[in-house]
Amino acid sequence: MSIRGRFRHSRGDFRLDVDFDLPGRGVTGVQGPSGAGKTSLLRAIAGLDRAPGGQLNVNGADWQRDKDFVPPHRRRVGYVFQDCRLFPHLDVRGNLAYARRRADNRDATPETNATRLLGLAPLLDRAVTGLSGGEQRRVAIARALVRGPDILLLDEPLSGLDRDRRADVLPWLEALHRELEIPVVLVSHDPGDIDRLADHLVLMRDGRIIASGAVQDILTNPGLPPSHSDEAATVIAATVEHYEPEWQLNTLRTSGGSLHLPGEPLPPGETVRVRVAARDVSITRSQPLETSILNYLPASIDTLDDMKGGQVVARLHSGKDPYLAHLTRRSVAALKLAPGDDVFIQVKSLALIS
Amino acid sequence: MTDLAAIRLSLELAAISTLILLALGIPLAWGLSQWRWRGRFLVDAVIALPLVLPPTVLGFYLLLTLGPNGPVGRLTEALGGTTLAFSFTGLVIGSVIYSLPFVVQPLQNAFSAIGRGPMETAATLGASPLDRFFTVALPMAKPGLLSAAALGFAHTLGEFGVVLMIGGNIPGETRVASIAVYDHVESLDWGAAHTLSLTLLLLSFVLLAVIYAVNRRARWFGP
Repeated sequence: MSIRGRFRHSRGDFRLDVDFDLPGRGVTGVQGPSGAGKTSLLRAIAGLDRAPGGQLNVNGADWQRDKDFVPPHRRRVGYVFQDCRLFPHLDVRGNLAYARRRADNRDATPETNATRLLGLAPLLDRAVTGLSGGEQRRVAIARALVRGPDILLLDEPLSGLDRDRRADVLPWLEALHRELEIPVVLVSHDPGDIDRLADHLVLMRDGRIIASGAVQDILTNPGLPPSHSDEAATVIAATVEHYEPEWQLNTLRTSGGSLHLPGEPLPPGETVRVRVAARDVSITRSQPLETSILNYLPASIDTLDDMKGGQVVARLHSGKDPYLAHLTRRSVAALKLAPGDDVFIQVKSLALIS
Repeated sequence: MTDLAAIRLSLELAAISTLILLALGIPLAWGLSQWRWRGRFLVDAVIALPLVLPPTVLGFYLLLTLGPNGPVGRLTEALGGTTLAFSFTGLVIGSVIYSLPFVVQPLQNAFSAIGRGPMETAATLGASPLDRFFTVALPMAKPGLLSAAALGFAHTLGEFGVVLMIGGNIPGETRVASIAVYDHVESLDWGAAHTLSLTLLLLSFVLLAVIYAVNRRARWFGP
């Protein structure tokens, strides 16, 4: 089960030149700066741009091969465009019905399911022009599902939404991630969305794929751009141990030691994921004793790589968990840090992501 | 009452011409809005010709073409009919050509305004090209469709020069209202000219007002 393809075509100044083999299940994130070819890749997969000589096989079905080209309307592809593109001449129910009437797939998600999955029941009789940005996204996603796709393509499903509107869409996307059997390709420029939603990650630059792999491997690879960005972070799996009401602190167990997370009590025994930003991680040679920072763990340095602005990105591991730290070059020299050293990391803050 | 017959004939001519104009204009405008080929500017120019030509020039060429010595005239005679000049059918042909730009241009604008987006979306939802034309392009172009029909109808109603050249002035057959007004003025029957002119004026105004009102509502509330 996989999505394999190759596209080489030019459009004006832009050239798409990609070879890929993506998992046939789960969510693949596609990340890169604007103009990297993320949307062009989705359009080529959907058959909206016809790349001569392109190849595409989705879970065993040839969609493009040599001279054979399956037109988009016979591809069973669910495409959620960045601007949603709901039909303005139909209401919400009409938009869903449009897709349902053309669904030629016995496995098509029934309308009632899509409506439930995206919480659309109260919106069904509304005109699409009256919907908020978040509501439009949800309708567009439901419409794509009702079509009964063999693959779901999401182009920046969260961009352009303010914080509240994101909260309006994100939980539904997470639900899709858990419930859908079909592969999902999700384009996003936001690393936060990617590590929340994707299992696999493709990085694009200038029309090419520069890396493809498991999401944590890519995001923590110090040789790749995401670890150098201000948003660089790792996601750590942890188990809830107990809660101290006096300090309003949860204690979480990770493979490297205990972490403390302030806030509401979490159910003990539950597995959660926390995001640790590289700029919130600092390194000490010895165990920190008198510090206001609650979270520190023993760790070993894997790599140290120079980045822009006199900074260094350190990749470390504590137990089995990877961590990134952004340090100044001067600190690295002062502490005489080198790969293989055993150190302590201090984590200034954690964010719960699920 | 011959003036009533003239008005009826005008309305009939406008209605039939509008139907034919839509049948021709919709596919033509769609094609022009979708395809970009190199010779396209020539097609645009030909369609726009009636906008700038004096109607008499158009009527003159039509008369030559449809008349007994013209290619179409010979064909219709050979097929056992008469020539189309000085007949109602001839008027319909003239009107269709004369009003074509008034129908094609609003339609073309409406189709162009839809853009590729909705059609691509419909394709990803499983709609074939023909399906998406009827279920997305046409409904979304509805205001343009109404404008096109209104302009085609009103323009045909007001036509004079082409009719005079190829239709002549046969009561009940080619004597439309605009010609009848001209006749009344020629024979100094100003009273009859007034009545008929005012009727035409009110008729056209009401027609346009109704269609613009409907159009505006369609834009405000969506269908």
